[in-house]
Amino acid sequence: MKTETVKCCCQNSEDGEKYQEIANIIDLYKDKKGSLIQILHLAQEIYGYLPLKLQKFIAASLEIPLSEVSGVITFYSFFSTKPRGEHTIRVCLGTACYVRGGKKLIERLQEILKIQAGDTTNDGKFTFEIARCIGACGLAPAMMIDDVVYKQVNVNKLESILSKY
Amino acid sequence: MINLTINGKKISASKGTTIMEAAKANNINIPNLCYLQDVHKFGSCRICVVEVKGAKTLQASCMTAVSEGMEVYTNSDKVRKARKVLYELILSDHSQECLSCKRNKSCELQELGKTLGVEETRFDGKRSNCVIDVSPSITRDTSKCILCRRCVTACNEIQGNGVINAQNRGFDTVIGTAMDLPLGEVNCVFCGQCTVVCPVGALKETDSVEDVWDAINNREKYVVAQTAPAIRVALGEEFGYEPGTLVTGKLAASLCALGFDSVFDTNFTADLTILEEGTELLHRLKNAVSGKEAILPMITSCSPGWIKYIEHTYPEKLEHLSTCKSPHTMMGALIKSYYAKLIDTDPNNIYVVSIMPCTAKKFEISRPEMKNDDIPNVDAVLTTRELASMIKGAGIDFVKLPDEEFDNPLGMSTGAADIFGITGGVMEAALRTVYELVTGREIPFKDLHVKPIIGFDRVKTAEIKIENPLPEYQAFDGVTLNVAVTSGTKGARQLMDEIISGKSKYHFIEVMGCPGGCITGGGQPRSQDPKIGEKRLKGLYIEDESKPLRKSHENPYIMEIYKEFLEYPGSHISHELLHTHYVRRGIFNELTDERFAINGGIKSVKYKLNEGSSQNGNISDRRKRVREEPESEELLVLRAENEKLKNELADTLETVEIFKQVIADHSCNKSD
Repeated sequence: MKTETVKCCCQNSEDGEKYQEIANIIDLYKDKKGSLIQILHLAQEIYGYLPLKLQKFIAASLEIPLSEVSGVITFYSFFSTKPRGEHTIRVCLGTACYVRGGKKLIERLQEILKIQAGDTTNDGKFTFEIARCIGACGLAPAMMIDDVVYKQVNVNKLESILSKY
Repeated sequence: MINLTINGKKISASKGTTIMEAAKANNINIPNLCYLQDVHKFGSCRICVVEVKGAKTLQASCMTAVSEGMEVYTNSDKVRKARKVLYELILSDHSQECLSCKRNKSCELQELGKTLGVEETRFDGKRSNCVIDVSPSITRDTSKCILCRRCVTACNEIQGNGVINAQNRGFDTVIGTAMDLPLGEVNCVFCGQCTVVCPVGALKETDSVEDVWDAINNREKYVVAQTAPAIRVALGEEFGYEPGTLVTGKLAASLCALGFDSVFDTNFTADLTILEEGTELLHRLKNAVSGKEAILPMITSCSPGWIKYIEHTYPEKLEHLSTCKSPHTMMGALIKSYYAKLIDTDPNNIYVVSIMPCTAKKFEISRPEMKNDDIPNVDAVLTTRELASMIKGAGIDFVKLPDEEFDNPLGMSTGAADIFGITGGVMEAALRTVYELVTGREIPFKDLHVKPIIGFDRVKTAEIKIENPLPEYQAFDGVTLNVAVTSGTKGARQLMDEIISGKSKYHFIEVMGCPGGCITGGGQPRSQDPKIGEKRLKGLYIEDESKPLRKSHENPYIMEIYKEFLEYPGSHISHELLHTHYVRRGIFNELTDERFAINGGIKSVKYKLNEGSSQNGNISDRRKRVREEPESEELLVLRAENEKLKNELADTLETVEIFKQVIADHSCNKSD
């Protein structure tokens, strides 16, 4: 019953399809304890981000409190509650990358993209974020675009990297 | 048994005991902060650390179990120094406006500082964002929160509501609702259990004291007080009495001394509730035995926390609720109709103040249903704690007050009304009357106490067989009445789920929103005594047994008010004044547009102070705080997200600065 009332919030059919896909995933994981992160991960993949409406849907379907769902989402920087660009740029500012010039990459990217870190470009193409160590210290300074890691990046390489997307 | 030494003293403790418990049993108190006996064991504050020989680090004594041969030192130099540093670190992100805090001198953090002998605060750094969220019942001030998570335990584990939880991460962690929504916009039932366990001033009732003083000092207003049953066994604690001490006479006297024009007893309308609700139950039962449509079980409706819970969680099941208003709103309605006529006063000039053990009742009086002719039944609700602060503030020597009586006609009550304050009490009171109405005989339990439903078990049940009823109730002959009692929303969920699955065998269910009933309500004095509920329970049963009349239908003033004004239980005028209806809210408030926070605009205000403002800055900022314009949920969410990202960026930039410094230092050293 609770689930139904929430399902009504899908505004258009595309949204509806996505919600249905997420509902299927929830059904798959529902009885497994501790699968909230997994569900959120997949839901973000399907929906792009995790707005309050979707959080409510997940909380109601799993019959767990909304504050728990949002608590997990806000704990992990991987999850976003805001619409994201088509591609996510993550510049590493871990110790090694910082020392090797990560900050310069950030300044230059802000210039190129005309947005601040944490924001999404107006055309919705890129979301630009700062990451705390992506585990590629040997390749510092490193950045990621979606799943691809770019090693030993310098400011001059940025434009050619971005042009691939 | 396990043998160990604590501070060189040989002791033994049973397996599974924590170091803290073992120490306490041997008269060694270990300073602690987040720990709350039988309620919360989380180890988040680390204040209770002790030295254990052989262990690499200091151990949190509230979490570490004793083991054979353990050597524990609770007061070594290392331990004392660590505790002080921990305390100072907590203070470094705690608003230190102690002198202007409601919890001044009743604050566990303050007390701890005294115990630890802390005389300085060496750490002065960045402070967390401060959110002040004012709902009609509860005010949250995150600048005072020390992240002990007792409230999270109360809301999630004890009540099973999960309205608040830890949000964000690390330094940005706040205890709050999902996406920083105001409490008044989510499914908070306003039970206030979080305010009872909060060690500091981060969670408290939304203040009504000033409104009440304004009314008392307004010569135009006729100001009436009424007090709930549970106040009389708890108020004394605020003045040094043993928990559970009855202070009924002093309570009435102190209200007179405060300047209330009339002092009535909500107990009177508790008796009235029994007649109205009992009649409703008999009506539903009659329909059921004669094969007509009847919605059973019927569920009590005295507890506004429970009402809000069912409206959110089971909006399809509202018809199970009795239509009776809660006793204090019934009283308000009678004061502004029946009593107004008696004293020939315009009800618009009457100001009704309810003294309640409850925070949810502050919300309840703001409900549009709790109005008659557009006049609210009750104008203000004070918690037991607020009343105590008013009495102290007015310079009234409570202990030396002579006992006084409540005013009549709305001040007399039977013993049945007193036990409304305890889980199982409303049921027992109802059974005393209903059984006698049906059979003409007293209920067959010793001292009129329905023993199976007394006590603090989560769900209690009883069966009462009706034999040889009076002729008009012949249809009930041989019927066994099944009743259930629960307190706390977790128990309510259990009984509601039985109803939904069709397995509920009960005819009548009593639900109270707070575990233990009103005696341990969200507005009661805070106590660290795990037996507090039992002590207050004893007090109310003593009050019940000491009364000459112990069944609601024997109250002569109740009979009089029916004769003169209300006609009969369930009459048209009764329905108008004493009964109500409920609102389908939904778990996310999605079924109603009622919002008791920003969107409502009037009911509640949410303030957001400037981020990162220093504690000194806060004082002036707070004075200047401006009511924000109504905002949409989405906008709020976006803002919260924006805020979070900004903070993350600020964090990063800070790290960058630190590294710059490190590198600069490093290159200096090199050139040396």
